[in-house]
Order: sequence, then structure tokens, then C-alpha cells
Amino acid sequence: MSMRRMALLAASLMAVASAGASAADSPRLGKPISPADIAPWDITIMPDGTGLPPGTGTPAQGAPIFQAKCSACHGENGKGGVAAAVTAGPPRASLDGGKTIANFWPYATTIFDFVRRAMPYNAPHSLKDDEVYALTAYLLSLNKIIGDNDVMNAQTLPKVKMPNRDNFIIRFPERI
Amino acid sequence: MSDKRAQTPSSEPELVAGNGLLHRRALLGQGIVYAGAVGTGLAASLTGAAAEPLREGPWSMHVGTIIPPYQTPSRYEAHVVRTQDNPDNEPRNSRARTPHHLLKGIITPNGLHFTICHGGVPDIDPAQHRLVIHGMVKQPLEFTVEALERYPMVSRIGFVECGGNSAPLFSNEPIQANVQALHGLASCSEWTGVLLSTLLDEAGVDPKAKWMIAEGADSPRLSRSVPVAKGLDDAMIALYQNGERIQPGQGYPMRLWLPGYEGNMNVKYVRRIKLTAEPAMSYYESRTYSQILPNGKAYRFYFLQEVKSFITTPSPGLVLKEPGYYEISGIAYSGTGRIKKVLVSADGGQSWGEAALQDPVLPKAFTRFRMPWRWSGGPAILQSRAWDESGTVQPTRAQFVALRGQTTKPPSVLDFPSQHFNSITSWAVDAKGGVKHVYA
Repeated sequence: MSMRRMALLAASLMAVASAGASAADSPRLGKPISPADIAPWDITIMPDGTGLPPGTGTPAQGAPIFQAKCSACHGENGKGGVAAAVTAGPPRASLDGGKTIANFWPYATTIFDFVRRAMPYNAPHSLKDDEVYALTAYLLSLNKIIGDNDVMNAQTLPKVKMPNRDNFIIRFPERI
Repeated sequence: MSDKRAQTPSSEPELVAGNGLLHRRALLGQGIVYAGAVGTGLAASLTGAAAEPLREGPWSMHVGTIIPPYQTPSRYEAHVVRTQDNPDNEPRNSRARTPHHLLKGIITPNGLHFTICHGGVPDIDPAQHRLVIHGMVKQPLEFTVEALERYPMVSRIGFVECGGNSAPLFSNEPIQANVQALHGLASCSEWTGVLLSTLLDEAGVDPKAKWMIAEGADSPRLSRSVPVAKGLDDAMIALYQNGERIQPGQGYPMRLWLPGYEGNMNVKYVRRIKLTAEPAMSYYESRTYSQILPNGKAYRFYFLQEVKSFITTPSPGLVLKEPGYYEISGIAYSGTGRIKKVLVSADGGQSWGEAALQDPVLPKAFTRFRMPWRWSGGPAILQSRAWDESGTVQPTRAQFVALRGQTTKPPSVLDFPSQHFNSITSWAVDAKGGVKHVYA
């Protein structure tokens, strides 16, 4: 075998060894898709409010929705049932339990994001955006974070300052 | 045989630590001799009676059954199953734990891999499943299973561990439960799929993107924020588990696999990866997988499953029938890399001997360790302690609890007081050969 052929062989062996490691090897079979076509799945809400849809809701509008669609698992007034309590926890969570929206959740936008994508448990992603705003407002008001008459929408929700927001330590900052 | 020791049955096994721990050399080729040399070991038989004349079994006297299309374990192994904590599929999370005490080796059989679902196991048609990569990329892309099948694939053996595995050890008192209940939310497989970096390169990631938000196609659309650095390092879109398509409980038809990172981040049924500048602060990262500390603060973005080991035999529920020779066996792993060393103690940590590490010793994978032991019949406290190649050592429980806290009263064994527990586990052997969970 000539030196040149040996070098080519070595190069191809190296390419095999690193198969999949670079886009150069890729068959590039991803199909371009437009943001409009992704929109039905693009439900992530960011802490700054990015992704929040139009709509509005108040605690008073949320109360009957909670009663009808949430209390079977989360209990009357969110005191807890087969699923976790969403209010009325201890002032501070501990290893004995008791993480609540009031004493632990750092961002109010997380409530909207999670309720919309995952709740109600047996009919996830079935609520209208106004209903999600209303439930978010109800939960924040139950936890005494907003007033009973405050309106939640894409502008007001990201501005809600959660009490425990500044109590977190990033475990391994070098990994981010 | 050229080894003189192997031809000298009278030679005594070499003790390396207190309470009967033998040098690991006893396992490496000369083990049979040492086992016999102990005299009171298994060679003396469990009953003390001599063997009886051999007989034919009925299974040898007629033709067996049809070979099934998909083989399942012998009916005599029907007890080797996962434990379900939500067998009626009530509206809450459900988990199934791996029976480590009944398994050997480093690969978890697919049907015994631990599973956690937050909305049941979805029944996904692979022909209709899509993976979308979008957000801060040059070109948003959609991939089908069929398309991904044509990509260069890689295979890698590695563990997946729930961030809440071993959480019962946060209890202020040792909870009496077996290794399946205490440590059963970790398993290890060979995963095969497409490196995520290949797909990210194809979409063209904006250098300003620092996070990717992965989302599943399950009913809660489980969503986690993952650093792009991990996505470009060793993350995989895994399609196969131990050679066959990933099981429904593991994310069929595809999952995000992040070697060494908290199980919940390894998003199953992954359908969407959105590149962003900031994390989404999803429910699971901002609430569930943030760990409360004794001072009232909480850790966020723990990610790493740190170095851990535990003994699987002997362990609670298994009984030592008589004094003599036993092999202590367990698993060790680290999300940082390879296991470097495992020490074993039979006297509650007063003295330690180095265990044999069974090849292969792979990064971010289960490593099986073994330690020969001659049980005197008296009380013993068995412990294992692992070091990984970064030099990180598994903490004692006292060291761990000083930093991370514990409960004030024992929780249910199914509760998760916190996560990322990785200290030493202690098993106490009593004079009757029974094994209990203790703190030592």
C-alpha cells in the first residue's frame, strides 16, 4: 500500500471514529419549518413575559374555574388533596415539606406556563388563555401576592414580584 | 496453573480490613481456592448435609415450549419486578423503581429500568412524532423518526438517575426499606441515537443562545431548561436502549439523554428544543428540582448527579444463611466521569479495604464493584464509598447532612424531602444474618 493510500485510509478511519460528531457528516434531513407552523407547540412563557398571549383574568373570574376544574385534586380553596396544596403552606418551606407559590416559587409566569401546558391533569392544555390568566390571578390572590381586584395579563403578570425570588443559589455556575 | 497460591489450599485469605474483609485478589482467579480455604464457606453446603444422588428433572423428559417471538424471563423470576407507587394511575406522578438487590452487572434490563411519568405513559405513533429545533437558530428545522434513522449514530453506556433518587436518606431516622425503595430511581443502559450537536449544527445555533428549552410530547408537555454547553457536549437524541427501540416508559420514540445530568432533564418523548438566551424557569426547575438548604436558601440548576455508590448484596431483605464466605457487590457511578476507586467497610467505617472494579469502567455509567468477605456470624455494618476520576469523594452522611440538612421527623419512604442525595449508605448485618438500614 502506498503512503498516500495509507494516509487516505487513516483519514477515513478517523472520520469513522468521529462519526456523528460534526455536521459535515450529517445528511441534513431537517425540514425547514416556519415560526407560524411551530406556534401551536411554542407555548413556553419566559420570566420576562415573552410568550404570554393576549388575554386577561381576575381572581374573581378564576375562583369558579378553580372550583370546577381544579379543586377535585387540589382541594377546596387549594388546601391540598391527591395533588399538592397551592396555598396555605408554612411561611418557609423546609425538608419537612411545604413548598408553596407564596414561600417558594420565584416567578409568577411559571404558574401561567405550567397551568396552560399541563392542567387540568385529565384534560391538559384545554383551558382558554383568559381562563389561564384568571386561574393565575386566583392563585396569586389566594397566596396574598396580588390584591383581590388585580388584573393579570401579558403586561402585569411578569411584573409580579414573588417573595422568595432572591433566595436561590446556582449550584454549579460553571456548567451554565 | 502457574500461581503457587492457587495450588496451596491451606493458604489463608489475606485480610485487608476489619470484620473479615478479604483482599480483592481473592476474587481475581484465586477466588475458588480462597473460598474453599475458609472452611466455613459455601463449600461446606448450606444444609451441612452431603449431596444426594443426581436425578433427572421432569423438564428433561419431554419437549419444551415454543420459542416465543419476544422472550421474557423465567416464571421462577416473577418476583424480579419494579415497584409501582401509583398502580391505579391516580391523577398524580407515578414511579417504578429498579430492583437492584436482584440484579448483577451494570446494564439494567429494559423492562426493569426505573420510570417516572408526570401524566402516565403516552402511546405515541412514531410516524406522527416530530422533533422541532427552533428559537435562536439560523433555520428552524423539523425531524421525523425516519429522518433521524439516516443520521450517523453513536452508542454509549450510561446511567440515568432521578434527582430525587435516595431521597429517603434525608430522613432524620433510617427508614427501613430495601435498596429498591431507597436507591431504585437509577438505572443504566446502552443508549444509541444521534448526537444533539449534529442537529444543532444543522439548525445553526446563534452564539448568543445560552439555553435550550426541551419539551416532551407527554400530557404535561414536560419542559426543562438545559445549558447549550451540555447540548453541544455529549447530549444525544436517543432512539435505542440496549439495542431495541426505547421503551414507552423511557420516552418512545425518542428522548433527550444528558449523560450524568438529573433524570428529569433527560426529557422523554422530546418534541421541541427551543434555543434561548435565558432559562424558562419551568415548574420543574424553579420549584420541584430546587433544593431547600438548612439556611432557608435553595439550590437552583443542580444538574449534576454526583459520585455515589451503594451495596446491592447483601442488602435489606436478603438474609445471610450462615457464617462464611460472601461476595459483597454493589454499584458506583458519577455524573462527572469514571469511577476511580471504591472502598468497602464491614465495621461501620472504622477500617476500609479497596474493592475490585469489574470491567468495563466507563464514564457516567454504572461500575460494578466486588469485595470478598468472610462473615464471622457477628454484627457487621457494611458500607461502600466511591471516588470519581475528578477526585471527588462520596461524603459520609454526617458530612452531607451538615451541608444539605435532614427532616425533623421521618417522612414516608415515597416522599422527596430534597434531591441529589449521594452520601454513604450503611447496612447492618445482625447475628441471624438479617440486614437493616442504619446510619453509621
